[in-house]
Amino acid sequence: MTTAAPPSSRPRPRRSPATWVRGGGLSTLVMLLPLLVVFGLFSWWPIVRSVVMSVQVTNLVTPPEFVGWDNFSAVLNDPMLWTATQNTLWFALLALVLGYPVPLVLAVLMSDLRRARGIYATLVYLPVVVPPAVAVLLWRFFYDASPNGVFNTILGWVGLGPVPWLESTSWAMPSLVIEATWAAAGGTVIIYLAALLSVPPELYEAAEIDGAGVWRKVWHVTLPQMRAIMLITLVLQVIGTVQVFLEPYLFTDGGPDNSTTTILLLVYDYAFGNSLGGDYGKATALSLMLAVALAVLSALYFRLTRSWSDT
Amino acid sequence: MHHHRKRFAAALALVAAAGVLAACDSGDSADAEGTTTITVEGWRPGDEQATADSVKDLVAEFNKENPDIVVEPVEWEWKAETFPAQLAGGTLPTTFRVPFTDTLGLVQRSQIADVTDQVDALPYADSFNPSVLAAAQDAEGRIYGLPSDVYGMGLHYNRALFDEAGLDPDDPPATWDEVRAAAKQITERTGQPGYAEMTKDNTGGWLLTTLTYAFGGRIESEDGAEATIDNPETRAVLEMLHGMRWEDGSMGNNLLLDWSGINQAFAAGKVGMYVGGSDVYNALVTTNDIDPDTYGLTTVPLADDPDAGILGGGSVSVVRADASDAEKEAAVAWNDFFRVRKLVDEEAAVLDAETLAASDQPIGTPLLPVFDEDTWTQQREWIADYINVPVDQMTGFTDNIFDQTLVPEPPSHTQEVYAILDGVVQKVLSDEDADIAALLSKANDDANAVLAQ
Repeated sequence: MTTAAPPSSRPRPRRSPATWVRGGGLSTLVMLLPLLVVFGLFSWWPIVRSVVMSVQVTNLVTPPEFVGWDNFSAVLNDPMLWTATQNTLWFALLALVLGYPVPLVLAVLMSDLRRARGIYATLVYLPVVVPPAVAVLLWRFFYDASPNGVFNTILGWVGLGPVPWLESTSWAMPSLVIEATWAAAGGTVIIYLAALLSVPPELYEAAEIDGAGVWRKVWHVTLPQMRAIMLITLVLQVIGTVQVFLEPYLFTDGGPDNSTTTILLLVYDYAFGNSLGGDYGKATALSLMLAVALAVLSALYFRLTRSWSDT
Repeated sequence: MHHHRKRFAAALALVAAAGVLAACDSGDSADAEGTTTITVEGWRPGDEQATADSVKDLVAEFNKENPDIVVEPVEWEWKAETFPAQLAGGTLPTTFRVPFTDTLGLVQRSQIADVTDQVDALPYADSFNPSVLAAAQDAEGRIYGLPSDVYGMGLHYNRALFDEAGLDPDDPPATWDEVRAAAKQITERTGQPGYAEMTKDNTGGWLLTTLTYAFGGRIESEDGAEATIDNPETRAVLEMLHGMRWEDGSMGNNLLLDWSGINQAFAAGKVGMYVGGSDVYNALVTTNDIDPDTYGLTTVPLADDPDAGILGGGSVSVVRADASDAEKEAAVAWNDFFRVRKLVDEEAAVLDAETLAASDQPIGTPLLPVFDEDTWTQQREWIADYINVPVDQMTGFTDNIFDQTLVPEPPSHTQEVYAILDGVVQKVLSDEDADIAALLSKANDDANAVLAQ
């Protein structure tokens, strides 16, 4: 049985180099060149280098030595990988449960404001402007585990606590998630707010005529209209939380007892943490595995949800 | 078409300019007249201008006897994060300092230069304290730098809190039972943690090793082939810490402390006692602005055990791996002048103290001998007039330190083993039900897996 060739496979008329030049192709290329050089030098070349490095042992002085899959198998056999994976997933799950609804709720509430929406938007966005390291220093002060720490004092007023925010294996991770949510929510709120404001007002009017209350309007108009954007932020959130590094690095350095050691912190430890300035091969191997896993996850997710995100 | 050609020319100019910039990178260190130029670690980021000025003054002195060497001091600090980038980019200073614990790893990865011939040519090459020089040597005895700034661990205590708690600051604790009792008393009477311990960033392992040595145990076999973490002394240390944390409540609530965090808390009067390097007073003054009257230093109490000893460390001034012979020679000459000769030569000692005094730097903080005790005592006498730290509050340390055996840090994969121990200490301090025996047995297995690599 033969199948007919699709019509698009018919050869297109070829353009000669001269036509291409005369059509301004050369100057386009030249104008593109600086961009290509910058991207190539600072984005693509490091990616290529890290792929190469993941199959090498290098000391950055003498020529690197090719070791095949050794780095990958060493990383996969490291008992810390399992701990770090569990911690990372735990962080991502907590961030999803605690962090994902917060910006949406805030945005819905703010979109209903008639006046002073700008001031609220500014207030919500403010944490995003605070340099992350400064935010962590600030929160470390809030998280002081003694009864006269800021949060513990507040809890004390209602007869709770003191909570060992960062100093207990069960509290440390939720504490990191709370700070991370505070720090990142503002950006997402702005995205949601923009999406909310583009919902055609006629839909709400129609719903009102049908006798819908606030909750039914949110459920039947707002959320369906926001579906595509919520899908994107969800994927971004998962990719972002799985790559969490700053909080565990600055707050707890992976402690107490490795309860906040995440995959990226493990990558960092391979490269810089242990034995100082050490194993770039293992570090790049692990980052590569993480990147591939995330890419596969995103692709899979988009494929599975394409049917209902198109509507 | 004309404007296209113009744009093309502009783009070409850009690319050419980038090429010129890239070409600037290649530097030549020895010129035709035989002058050698080296860059050296001069001062640390955050140091005051006065410190930089004093280094430049010393460079001028150095040039009087070495007219062929051009020394360019730069701001630099050993940081594991920036080191690989500087290494790969070829922007490391010709010579810089590395902690004892990290030197061996750099040697094993061939990231620093062998300077055995240059060091052997120094007049005092044979007089180094062998255990100190060992920090700069590989298994074959090749030398990779000049050791300096040798410290022993000491017990730092807050005299003001001692007073407030009804303890005598001139009679600091001399046994671990006394430390524990004093810590409890401080917490009960002042509300501040009586005793604190570093736990983060491999310092938890560093401190657990220090206390294990003080109790008479070891973390690794002498050749570094095997972990000996699961030993009765380490268990006793952890049981003591567990008791202080959970029974006495004398260790406070903030338990994730690193070196700078604990220094900050101590200088702010929020720590009664802690164990750290004997040289930390310098940092407490220059970084944490401590009130000198509140500072006290004594030796770490040792158990009544022939193996009990005190952990020591220091820095090695190493040379970058790709240095030429002329650069290696120049770098060792500079380190001899800048860091080591002042320990054995009266003129150099006085010159150094004078320069530091001119910029109000702390002088006379207790360090340990790079050579031997007599040389060390002699050097203290040379600079006696310049000493400006409260030595009377450090006699508990200076009077007793030479009775303590100095034990070097674990010889193999030191930082990795410390990282494993971090988790053990954190677990014991954060979980009242921690199973110490199981933790030690697991840490021992984990460390053996690392040592076998």
